[in-house]
Amino acid sequence: MRALYRYVSRNPSLALGVALLTALAVFVLVGSLVVDTEDARPLSAPALRPPSANYPFGTDRQGRDLLAVMVAGTPLTLRIGFVAGFLGVGIGTVLAFVAAYYRGFVDTIIRGIADIGLTVPGLLVLIIIAVSIKGTLTVNQMAIVVASLAWLYPTRTIRAQVLSLRERPYVEVARLSGMSGPQIIFFELMPNLLPYLAATLVNAVSSAILASIGLEVLGLGPIDSPTLGMTLYWVNFNAAMINGWWWWWTAPTVIILTVFLGLFFLTVGLDEIANPRLRRSA
Amino acid sequence: MQAVYIARRFGVFLLIVWLAATLNFFLPRLGGQDPVRAKLLQQAALGGYVQGGIEEMTHEYERRFGLDQPLWRQYLTYLGDVSRLDFNYSIANYPRTVGELIADAVPWTVGLLGTTTLLSFGIGTLLGALLAWPRAPPWMRWLMPPLWALHAIPFFLLGLILTYLLAFQLPLLPIFGGYSAGAVPAFNWRFAWDVLQHALLPALSIILVATGGWALGMRGMMVTTMGEDYVIFAEAKGLKASTVFLRYCVRNAVLPQITALALALGQILSGAVLVEVIFGYPGIGTLLYQAIRESDHFVIQGIVFTVIVALGFTTFVLDVIYPWLDPRISYRRA
Repeated sequence: MRALYRYVSRNPSLALGVALLTALAVFVLVGSLVVDTEDARPLSAPALRPPSANYPFGTDRQGRDLLAVMVAGTPLTLRIGFVAGFLGVGIGTVLAFVAAYYRGFVDTIIRGIADIGLTVPGLLVLIIIAVSIKGTLTVNQMAIVVASLAWLYPTRTIRAQVLSLRERPYVEVARLSGMSGPQIIFFELMPNLLPYLAATLVNAVSSAILASIGLEVLGLGPIDSPTLGMTLYWVNFNAAMINGWWWWWTAPTVIILTVFLGLFFLTVGLDEIANPRLRRSA
Repeated sequence: MQAVYIARRFGVFLLIVWLAATLNFFLPRLGGQDPVRAKLLQQAALGGYVQGGIEEMTHEYERRFGLDQPLWRQYLTYLGDVSRLDFNYSIANYPRTVGELIADAVPWTVGLLGTTTLLSFGIGTLLGALLAWPRAPPWMRWLMPPLWALHAIPFFLLGLILTYLLAFQLPLLPIFGGYSAGAVPAFNWRFAWDVLQHALLPALSIILVATGGWALGMRGMMVTTMGEDYVIFAEAKGLKASTVFLRYCVRNAVLPQITALALALGQILSGAVLVEVIFGYPGIGTLLYQAIRESDHFVIQGIVFTVIVALGFTTFVLDVIYPWLDPRISYRRA
């Protein structure tokens, strides 16, 4: 316990990030026990009520109970982020190891695609993809659309890390003692990259959530799912700001802020574990 | 050697442009939507009566837009048009061309994003340099946590919050649009003042977020640079603190920042799509938002293509002038 406290006081960012995300998880868990998430559908409550005892977060113009929307929507948004983030980092890791360990022609191709893909603004490509898909998207399709670009950045950064690792003496020793390529990758390189992969994953999740919210605010999201981004889309669609319905956008804004700040501080904390050399020179 | 280097870079630029055009052409067609028919049906529904001639009209418009020809021919025509920067007519705003719509929107976006990018770069870089400098005033250390936190917030969320505080609660600034509803766009002081007022809120939300990023980057580079031997040597020689700071530390630490600035300038057209949508600012982002709502494919494609070309071009220019900024990098291949 004391060791934990000592560590937290040395790495407050990690603690802050974990605390913010835990608070969010508690909100969703307790909320889903207390609130009926069916009320997140339109016409389940009187329209446009400001926060009151019955509707603590108020209701929107289509008669959704905003508390229920938040309880149902937060996990949906996080799911998009995590599915896309895991897919992106997973694909990125495999490609990066293949490229950096085996080098040569494969490396040139993979690096070329990642480099060119990264110069192109992601949101716009996602828009083209989302517009091209017939009909409305489901939450899972949304995650896959976002994942289609989420592997580019992990591929490039992990590749750079592997390139520097593979020249280390212990990899040389492993190679001389007759370990095969995949063995070296899994038993020598991977364990040393784990903290770095974790930081990359958190980053990928955060940018996937940002991309999904971006698509949703533009009206390209899952129209009938109550995700956080879709709530903001309806806020904008109904000009809630000008009409003074402040409670409509306050709840999703606060939750999205918590998500981003939580993930950001988590990355900073993980970075500190992954790259001790970056430690802040006080 | 220089000519070969420039030619290679230009080749990469052309490759990016071609990829963008191809992606742009094939992806929407894979979806199998029929924007012309959808638009006609929508208009018929608005008119309140059922139109018998929808099929004929669809065919006529498809002939006119060239949508009835085989795919490979449409593709070649498209590549030809695109190389002349001709993006065809807007389906939703016919007979306006996509080129006109984009040309109307670009100055707004470039004005807003260009100003905010340069301002946040300047402020952020200076702040970052001072944050790393041991002799900076102590109160500056308190700036670090808020800068970090702001940096993690998406532009448009901060925009929402600022709108509520500064335009709704305290009605200091206009809430919506690029200029007042009745104002006539003209080159005079009144209109300029009007535009400036409308630009303040979106600009503020971008600057507050972006400055943090620039400051963090600069601070990191400064910390590394200040550990270099030549800085210690300069201090040991007894040079003035300001000379060491500006000529030795900042001069070297700023180079990666300039690379990042050039890349950020390339992102100018696409950088704040959502901010524009939230504020109803009449730039590229709002145009894109409307085009999506009206499934106006030509406009969407035109915007995506323009943005990618702008970006590819900035990267190309950066590659060409970088050796001049940083003499350690030469035109020769590494």
